[in-house]
Amino acid sequence: MSKYKPLRSRGAQFSVLIEKRAVWITLILFIVCLAAMIVSTGAGSQFITPLNVIKTLLGKGEPTYEVIIMKLRLPRIIIAVLVGSSLAVAGAVLQSIIRNPLASPDVAGITEGASLGAVLFIFLFGGTVPIHWMPLTSITGAFLITGLLYILAWKKGVDPLRLVLIGIGISAAIKSISYMLVISGPLQLAQRSLTFMTGSIYGTSWDKDVLTLLPWVAVLLPLTWLQTRNVNIQALGDEVASSAGAHVQKHRLLLLALSVALAGAAVAIGGAIGFIGLMAPHMARKLVGSSFGSVLPVSALLGAIILLLADLAARTAFLPNDVPAGVLTAAIGAPFFMYLLYRNRNRY
Amino acid sequence: MGTLEVKNLGLSYGSAYIFENLDLSIPEGKITVFIGSNGCGKSTLLRSMARLLKPQQGSVILAGSDISSMSTKEVAKKLAILPQGPTAPEGLTVLQLVKQGRYPYQSWLKQWSREDEEVVQQALEATGMSELAERPVDSLSGGQRQRAWIAMTLAQETPIILLDEPTTYLDLTHQIEVLDLLYEMNDRDKRTIVMVLHDINLACRYADHIVAIRDGRIEAQGAPNEVVDEQLIENVFRLKCEIIPDPLYGTPLCIPHDNCRLRASRALAQQQKRQNNSLHGQPVGEHNKTEETVEPVKELVAASPVRV
Repeated sequence: MSKYKPLRSRGAQFSVLIEKRAVWITLILFIVCLAAMIVSTGAGSQFITPLNVIKTLLGKGEPTYEVIIMKLRLPRIIIAVLVGSSLAVAGAVLQSIIRNPLASPDVAGITEGASLGAVLFIFLFGGTVPIHWMPLTSITGAFLITGLLYILAWKKGVDPLRLVLIGIGISAAIKSISYMLVISGPLQLAQRSLTFMTGSIYGTSWDKDVLTLLPWVAVLLPLTWLQTRNVNIQALGDEVASSAGAHVQKHRLLLLALSVALAGAAVAIGGAIGFIGLMAPHMARKLVGSSFGSVLPVSALLGAIILLLADLAARTAFLPNDVPAGVLTAAIGAPFFMYLLYRNRNRY
Repeated sequence: MGTLEVKNLGLSYGSAYIFENLDLSIPEGKITVFIGSNGCGKSTLLRSMARLLKPQQGSVILAGSDISSMSTKEVAKKLAILPQGPTAPEGLTVLQLVKQGRYPYQSWLKQWSREDEEVVQQALEATGMSELAERPVDSLSGGQRQRAWIAMTLAQETPIILLDEPTTYLDLTHQIEVLDLLYEMNDRDKRTIVMVLHDINLACRYADHIVAIRDGRIEAQGAPNEVVDEQLIENVFRLKCEIIPDPLYGTPLCIPHDNCRLRASRALAQQQKRQNNSLHGQPVGEHNKTEETVEPVKELVAASPVRV
């Protein structure tokens, strides 16, 4: 067992088995993520070298850089990391409990629910109610849709496959409602809604976006990680999990709620950025295997890196236009989804 | 050790009862095998004994207390069930699978105690999986895969193990391999083993106690030599057969009757008889009977509805 290192406290109250490979990969990805953050912060119409970025972050940079970095760019970078990792972890949880590598918040209708909540907010209260309240409506939307999904999928417990099939149906229905609103509404609101439905982290600020999302992520990610045991046992199937003494339905509901809250919070700020919840966990499993204790941190980092790079490309490659990052993630994500479908064609 | 009993059990899907008022006591430290035709309720019974299905009436008594009043973790320390054809997530290694058998003994602080490590090592050794511990489960052969799953249930350290058709989808070599493993677990650790098997001959060879189930009722139970005979097989499987002693152990061996093959060989025999008659113009005697036209044995003819 040289690939593993057991960690145990002296009184044997605490013990855990660490996979060395996963620790290394997490560490490497963490460094890659930091590097991507620094490069991304420097890139834009005004290019700043990575060294100057670091100096500025440490408070020793030039004043002009400080305004650009601290006021304009850094919030967007932080949001990319938070949104990307939340969506990725939401997807990782969902794929494990649904036991299907094709599941993700966007496929199951959770993202659509959140996005409908936000679009409704734009149409009903646009301009009258402060924008701070928008996350609340989108998280509510995500939970309502998931609740509906759960009720429709319930038949003496929730069967994972039913959950996914009904999710796809609901997802399509919700999307059409959102589009109907956009088409029938005034042009200016429609524009904002459409950007939101594609997913963009354009023009984010510290107090409005970062401080709204950060508490959610800071609480939900560790909470999800603590559920590692329960995620792993669920992945063996309901009957094996019950046999081993897990409360399958109770855990599934809790994990689904965690996934929905993460996805809902991320969508509230970043809009319906697609495919990250699908791609990141899949890549993570390829790197570290299927044990959730390793999959969670690796997915989170990969999700952050993907969104950072997608946003970097979206706002620099088409200057002076700022393309929504969701367009880029969809451009890589859609072929990836096809590849997954093709690979899994014989499994179901 | 733990005792397992079923009292007055009734279970239905929708309005149709699978079984009603069923009583059964599993002999402790023995191998019990459920046999019966498809859809007779044997798997349902096994699954409800392991609280995977909730019966509408009656109770399952595990080590003296009602299973429905025990916490699922408590049950998991006394009884493990391996369902039919379990699937592991892509890339999961044997060790990662077997580790999870320790679930009922762990908490989110205590995830890998010394005891966990020892028990998992033992389970891997007992199933001959130590060498393959780092291999992904989905890269193994059917027999190895089943052994990995059995290792996981072993790591659960329960006195009782239930298995739903553990040999399905395996070729004969691997069937024997898995059954030998279960036999050893019973013989060495005195674990109570209850399983559903489709192969009557293997069931008779490995079981201490056979429970024959027909339409949700227990048709007969007891030692294979005492209960398995032509009449029982006909009642339970609606199949006529011969029972002969297994040349290795003397346990019942079932030789099934059929219709098509028997009829065809008789037709062939008749046809050749006729040909011989027309060629030689005389009835066939004992001396010109060839290998192909050997008559089916006497009892077989008597049991068949077709008269020669």
